[in-house]
This record gives sequence, structure tokens and C-alpha cells, in this order.
Amino acid sequence: MRATAPLNPFEELMSRAQSLTDSDTREQIVSALFQTSQAICRESVHYTKQKKHDETEKLDRVLTSKIWGFPIMLAMLAIVIYITVAGANVPSSMLANFFNWLEGYIGLVFKQLHAPDWLYGILVLGLYRGTAWVVSVMLPPMAIFFPIFALLENYGYLPRVAFNMDRLFKKSGAHGKQSLTMAMGFGCNAAAIMSTRIIESPRERMLAILTNNFVPCNGRWPTLILLASLFMAAGYTGGWKTFVTAGVVVAMVLFGIIVTLTVSWILSKTALRGVPTHYTLELPPYRRPKIWDTIIRATLDKSVYVLKRAVAVAAPAGVLTWILANIHIGDTTILTYITDWLDPFARELGLDGYILMAFILGLPANEIVMPILLMGYLSTGALTEVDDLHSLKQIFLDHGWTWLTALNMMLFSLLHYPCGTTLINIYKETKSKKWTLLAFLIPTSIAIAVTFLTTHIVQWFDLL
Amino acid sequence: MSNNHNQYTIALAGNPNTGKSTLFNLLTGLRQHTGNWTGKTVAHAEGFFDYKGQSYQITDLPGTYSLYSNSADEEVARDFIIFAKPDVTLVVLDATALERNLNLALQVLEMTSQVIVCVNLMDEAKKKGIQIDIHKLSQKLGVPVVPISARNEEGIDQLLDTIDQMVRGDIQTNPLQISYNRAIEEKIEKLVPFVKQVIGDHYPARWIALRLLDGDMSLLQSLQKEPRQFLKEVPHYACNCSTKSI
Amino acid sequence: MTQAKLERLSDAKPGERFRIIKIAIEGTMKRRLLDLGFVPGNEVLVLQKSPLGDPTAYRVSHTTIALRNEESSNIYGERMRNEQQS
Repeated sequence: MRATAPLNPFEELMSRAQSLTDSDTREQIVSALFQTSQAICRESVHYTKQKKHDETEKLDRVLTSKIWGFPIMLAMLAIVIYITVAGANVPSSMLANFFNWLEGYIGLVFKQLHAPDWLYGILVLGLYRGTAWVVSVMLPPMAIFFPIFALLENYGYLPRVAFNMDRLFKKSGAHGKQSLTMAMGFGCNAAAIMSTRIIESPRERMLAILTNNFVPCNGRWPTLILLASLFMAAGYTGGWKTFVTAGVVVAMVLFGIIVTLTVSWILSKTALRGVPTHYTLELPPYRRPKIWDTIIRATLDKSVYVLKRAVAVAAPAGVLTWILANIHIGDTTILTYITDWLDPFARELGLDGYILMAFILGLPANEIVMPILLMGYLSTGALTEVDDLHSLKQIFLDHGWTWLTALNMMLFSLLHYPCGTTLINIYKETKSKKWTLLAFLIPTSIAIAVTFLTTHIVQWFDLL
Repeated sequence: MSNNHNQYTIALAGNPNTGKSTLFNLLTGLRQHTGNWTGKTVAHAEGFFDYKGQSYQITDLPGTYSLYSNSADEEVARDFIIFAKPDVTLVVLDATALERNLNLALQVLEMTSQVIVCVNLMDEAKKKGIQIDIHKLSQKLGVPVVPISARNEEGIDQLLDTIDQMVRGDIQTNPLQISYNRAIEEKIEKLVPFVKQVIGDHYPARWIALRLLDGDMSLLQSLQKEPRQFLKEVPHYACNCSTKSI
Repeated sequence: MTQAKLERLSDAKPGERFRIIKIAIEGTMKRRLLDLGFVPGNEVLVLQKSPLGDPTAYRVSHTTIALRNEESSNIYGERMRNEQQS
């Protein structure tokens, strides 16, 4: 023993072990393991069929082929979004009608009890309508999107996406598994931040964390779908309208992916410099999922999730917005003071003060941006009833909206800072205030830059 | 592991994509999404179930190819088996890729003797013309081996019975110890007394010696921490769904 | 068999089989490759390249694993050119 100083017994044990080990030990241990399992398999496993063509390999030859790989991916995305857009309308308006009907009775109860106006205002016009709005607009698309997505996932398609896309991520200095964490982001960015743990290299994991927000989460899908269908597909009817709406949403998603790759590339050349680390990816066999089981489980999961969020976040936000819109200082409400103050800056981005304020108040959850915006727009200071989409569009038009406003709001929604929950998770995962701040600043400045450019380019060329 | 436990603990280990989460959902009825990609179970999920009047707490460990500390996931799984000392460790294997899957089972057998090996996806193996001699496998491994198909809910009763027998102490296991080459075996022999001296009898000395020879630094770090403290640190996603007993 | 005849896994074409002889990668990645069945002596079937040319999918130990060129070019062995296995 060399060391005479009283070593920590653990350190002593470690140094003793180190003196015994050599570079070959590791490999020898693993090969002993491997030989043992091979020997066991030789005795207990028998292959009766000569492997002809494996189903999975046959499918992969198409799904990941040079010609069809990318078109099929795009088609899958488009189909999922198309079904979501097409299927969500009817249940959405049914839910809205139901909440309207219920509100009538709640109003009667308030009258019976001689409740004061302000209480009715806070509880019904603020809390109830805020929640009702989130539920009727959010729930149907999510209850359609996620089961389909879960089917694709359980079938085993997502690893193929990672396989197809890997080269792009490698080129931008990111990890191939980032496409898997992005897929999680479609559901919820906050959950996706946790899922970046599958990326082992800290540098690449940070890239995945910082850019995850460019994937629209379930709080933003409905905003994108709604605005696309109201403004981008306005000139179309019937099937075409759905088609154009879905097309615009797909374009948004693709734009988000492009931004992700670009930002990753820039970061990996600057603040997060480094070479892509090693990577292996298993392509598990395709397995037919238990269809009903998956659909029911995904629908229930998402419904419960949306309802919980609605109560936890939308309800208090509805109350707060109602209060801001109904407390007067002098002649104007607090809300008006804020929106007036924000307006000049917002105009530069092709938005207005109300929209910007809705995004700011919507920090806790993206779901409530739309309801807050509508509440702000209505002179009564209460959330609008969601009886039909045309009256909704009228509200926007009355406030000077054009397709450019809608486009900018979609872009801002896609690109802006992550929601509060996501930021908290980023802090928990990175344990760094600096990176959390950057996770806020990078998307925000991109959102500002992109909307600013869009607005000014459109105005410059007089396209409006 | 005395009988006055009012709740037994089970750890669920296995490679990614072996249907581990499917089995977990089936046993607990926990509303949880099953994933299909590497490391989907990021933190581990927990659930509860009752069988024959016993209640069980089952922990779904991250899906890993190995426990040799290549990644954070593997560390979580390894530390759980070593420090939390579950009453039963269920190792789920993919019947269609047994050779690779067995690696993990062999590693678990070196850590604990309270192991049940669960060969899942038997239906798919049959379709592919793969025949598995379960009896032989069990003989070789020295622990119970149960063939199941979690998707089709086949073999679950037998699995539950085996778990029940194991926690009652009705099953004597004799886990396979891998014999390494002479040089390594000699080194293990030299190191084991020191391991026992420093770490005590509480942990499998041969396995720890082997890990140290392998240069596994993170294990010593985990050992140096107060084990109880470690257990508190493990993020729990507790969800008591004990209503559905199988 | 002489050392000079060693070829890289990355040079093997889809449909070819490849016997691994040596893995010239160190550290964690070597570990991971060994775990996945890329073990000297083992046989690998080259399945196909990803649409953009990299990574490539391999069948090893009855599973499908994709590796990037960086890794597969450091796995040495011999190509077995009896292509028509189907």
C-alpha cells in the first residue's frame, strides 16, 4: 500500500480495484456475459422457420425508403392534422351549445339568490366562461389528435421518423433522438422537457430543451387550427376549407421544424459548441397496437389532462382577466391601460395590444391566450359565448384583423416563450437560471423578429 | 423480508420495447401511456395491485439494455435493485430477441436472487417460428421462468402465482453465476474481502467487486450516499390505483 | 485470415452479411455496442440506409439497430458476399 495517510475506506477500495483492473477487463466481462447468453440460447431456443422476409423489414423498405420515406412522413402528419381539423368542429360546437344552455340556468340560480352583479361577473362571465371556452375549444381536437398519434406511436412508427430525420439533426449538431422528444412536444412541451433525458450528452440535451418549444403543444394546436380556418381558409367551403386549414397548420409545423434545426445549428456553432456524440437507435418491430385500448386510454388521458388544466389555470385566469377588465381607474379599465401601452410595440409585429397582453397573461398556459384575447375584445369585459365561429370572426374583424394579423398571431404562438410549466421544468432539469432565461429569450426574440419581418415585408410589398 | 410486511415490493426491469409497460398497466390498471421507444419511461412509474390477499407495490424501472452504468437511466435501475432491495425483481424479456435480452437478466441475477424471469411476446415468437424451452431456460438460469403474452393477457395468472410463491418463501432460487476467465476470477477473489470490510454484508460483494473492476465510479458514489437518502431522492409518480385487483 | 483483409462495416452493402472482428471505439459507446450485440464473432446483416444516406439499419441478435457512419466505420470485420439470403 502506497498511501499512508488515512484514506477514506471507499477511496482505498477504489484505488485497490483500479490497481487490479486493466483496459481489457471491461470487454472481457461483457464478452463473458454475451457468451453465457449465447450458450443458454443455443440450448433453449430453436428456430423452426427459416427467416424469410420479416414483415417489419418489408414495411421498412417502404416507410424508410429513399423515395417514399419523407413523403410518407409528411402524408402521415397531414392526415393526422386533417382528421383532427375535420372531426373537431361538430363536437366543439355541441360542447359550446351545452355550456351556453347550462349558463342560462346558472344565471337563473344567481338571480334567484339575488347575487350581486360583480359576483355574477367574476364567477359566471369570468370563471365559468373561461373554463367553458377552454374545454369546448381544446377538448375535441385533443381527443382526436392524441388517440391517432398514440396509435402511430404504439405501432412503432416514431423510431422510423427518428431514423429518417437523423441526418438533418446530425448536420445541425443535435442528437438524432431529438425528433423523439419533439414528438412528445406535440402533446406537451413540459412533458417533452422531461423526456429529453433519453439524450445522454448534456450539450445535445440542452439543444433539445432549448428548441422544444418550436413544436406546437396541445395548448397551441387549437389556436393554430382556429385562426387557419377563420382567416387562411376563409375563401373556401366544405371539404376544401378543411383541406386548406390542415395545409396551413402542417406548414406551421414544418416551419417550426425548420426553426428548430436552424436554432440548433446556430447554437451548436456558438454557445453549445461540440461534435455530435455517438448514437444508436433501435427500430423495434411494428406491432399492431390494441386499437380500442389505445384509443380509449389516450382519449381519457388527454380529456382528464385538458379538464384539469382548464380548472387549474383557465379558471383563475378568467377571473383575473375579468377583474382587470372591470376595475376602472378614471374612465378606463386597467386592461385598457395595459393594452394601450402595449399597442405601439405590438403594431410593429402586426399584432395589437390586446393580443400581446393575452400572450403575456397567458404565460401560465397557452390554452388561455385565446379566451383572454376574446375577453379583452368584448366591451362588456366578459368572455364571449362560443356559439358559432362566424360571430367569433366578426369580433376579430371588428378589431381590425386581417389575414396578416392572424398569420402573425399564429407565428407568435408557434415561436414565443414556453409556458410557465415548461419553464419550471426547464429549470428543474437544467438547474440553471441562465439556461432557463435563455429558453425564454431565444424563442421570444425569434417570435418578435419573425413577426416583425413578416409584417414589414408584407407592408413593403403592399401585399395586404 | 419478513412476513409482517403489509406490502411487498416488485421491480420491473427489462430492455426497451419488451412490453414492460404493457405488463405494468395490466397488473396495476394504472392509466399510463405505453411507449415504444428507448427510454420512454423516463422517471419510473409506480403502481399497486392486490393478489390473494397480499398487496404489492410495483415499480416500472426505465427500459435499459444493460445495468452497467452507461446512462442515467441504467443508474436509476441499478441503484433501485441494489438499494431498494425489492422483494421480487421481475425481468421482462422479449421472446423474439432472447439472446440480447438475456444479457440484462444475467446482470440482474448477479445482483439479487429474488428474481422471476418473464418471457414476454410469446405469441409473436410463435408466429416467427421461435420455440423456447422454458423449462431448460429456468434450469439454466436457476430462477423461475414464466412465459407470457402481456398484450393478450396470457400467462398472467401463472406469473402472479409465481410472485405469490416467491414472497412466501416457497421458491428456492439458485441464480446462475457467470464464470469469468481465470484472471478476472482471481481479481474478484482478491477484492471481495475488502468489499465486505468496507461495505458490509448488506450488498452482494461479488457483484460490487466486479463492478469496481469494471471501473464503475458511479456505483461507489451511490454506495457512499446514505441509501435511505437515495431512496428519498428517487422521483416518485405515485398513483394509487389499487381498486383493480387481478 | 490476415489483419490486412479487415473491412469496415460501413462499406458493407445492404443485403450483405458481415462478421465482426474488432471494434475500434472506446468508452461508453463501445459498451453500448457490445450491449446491443455488436460483439466480435457475431454476424450482422446490413438492412438499409436511411433516406438521406445515413444512418444505416442493421440486423443483429434478432433486433434492428441503426448506426451512424461514425460508428460503423470503426467496426471492422469481414464481408460475406453471399447476397441472396432471401
